[in-house]
Amino acid sequence: MSHTYKDLVIAMVRTGILGYGGGPSVMPLFRHEAVNRYHWLEDEEFGEVLALANALPGPIATKIAGYLGYRTKGSLGAAVAIIAHILPTCLAMIALASLISVLKSSPFIEGMIAAVLPVIAVMLGQMAYKFGSKAVKGLGWVLGFATFIIAFVMLQIIPVHPAIVIILFLAYGTVHYKLKNKINKHHDRDREAI
Amino acid sequence: MMSLISVFLGFFVANILGYGGGPSSIPLMYQEVVTHYQWLTNIDFSNMLALGNALPGPISTKIAAYVGYNVSGVFGVIVAVVATIAPSSIALILLLKLLQKHRQSSVVKGMTLLVQPVIAIMMIVLTWQMGRDSIHSLGPIQAIIIAAISFLAMTKLKVHPAIVIIIAFIYGGLVVPHLHI
Repeated sequence: MSHTYKDLVIAMVRTGILGYGGGPSVMPLFRHEAVNRYHWLEDEEFGEVLALANALPGPIATKIAGYLGYRTKGSLGAAVAIIAHILPTCLAMIALASLISVLKSSPFIEGMIAAVLPVIAVMLGQMAYKFGSKAVKGLGWVLGFATFIIAFVMLQIIPVHPAIVIILFLAYGTVHYKLKNKINKHHDRDREAI
Repeated sequence: MMSLISVFLGFFVANILGYGGGPSSIPLMYQEVVTHYQWLTNIDFSNMLALGNALPGPISTKIAAYVGYNVSGVFGVIVAVVATIAPSSIALILLLKLLQKHRQSSVVKGMTLLVQPVIAIMMIVLTWQMGRDSIHSLGPIQAIIIAAISFLAMTKLKVHPAIVIIIAFIYGGLVVPHLHI
């Protein structure tokens, strides 16, 4: 059992700079550091915390970093862990992006910015597909497409602020499974009656 | 001071509404950063997203840091990053016991599920806007060819997105400027 700030910082810097592809893809690295290397917690507890973290909004990596820091060193540990996890890449981001926007008018950088646009469009499209298929898988084809249409009309045609749209969908989400169960039971009863 | 408050509110709203990790907050951050406060243009945002994806680490904190820095310097960075991560990290630690009881609850599951279609639609709109901009700056033929190649590379050949972005940067730097001559 090693519970030192040095271990905490090293683990968080390592997960911060080795994880590509945003927070969710870093979870196996977190598990490796916390469970296998430093034995801060058992695999089961890690799985539990991950599931809980997914039930809350916001970026996932910083929630896990915060929890691991808190678990080993209390509140200060949480702050240290989060800072160690995000600081190197935040600084790199500011430095690189600022450099590019200063040199924006050079034809070299101009070409770089233009050529990467279609790649970003494709990546966003893939993400859209991923979120869309999650919705269809969970809601079924009919309700899934109904929610797409409602969301599209509200966001693009009326248009309502996305925060309000999400809050309305969340509100329906709180009763979705209850409603679904009720309808299913109703169907079963009908079938039994026949 | 006003701009710091806007930075805080923008990133707080975008991240408190994004379920499923950083990527789900991208269209929400776009809404705040480009549409609402107009801190960045569409092209700036795409450029930032490219860099953010080429660099390791969580995506939403990188976006928050860069936008915060652009709007009000070092304080902007601190405010934007804190607004992005503090609410959910504190909530996780405080609510741990309470959540443990309700993790399997259909209420939480239903909420997480119902956010997905809204995020999907916002992503599609964003995809369309980026596609339109890339046709505008590269012409339809080149834009579609780059999009097709990067799609095949990422899905069929399983090339890592960071590598695809770096190749696009190199192509754009070395080839694109000479095409316009």
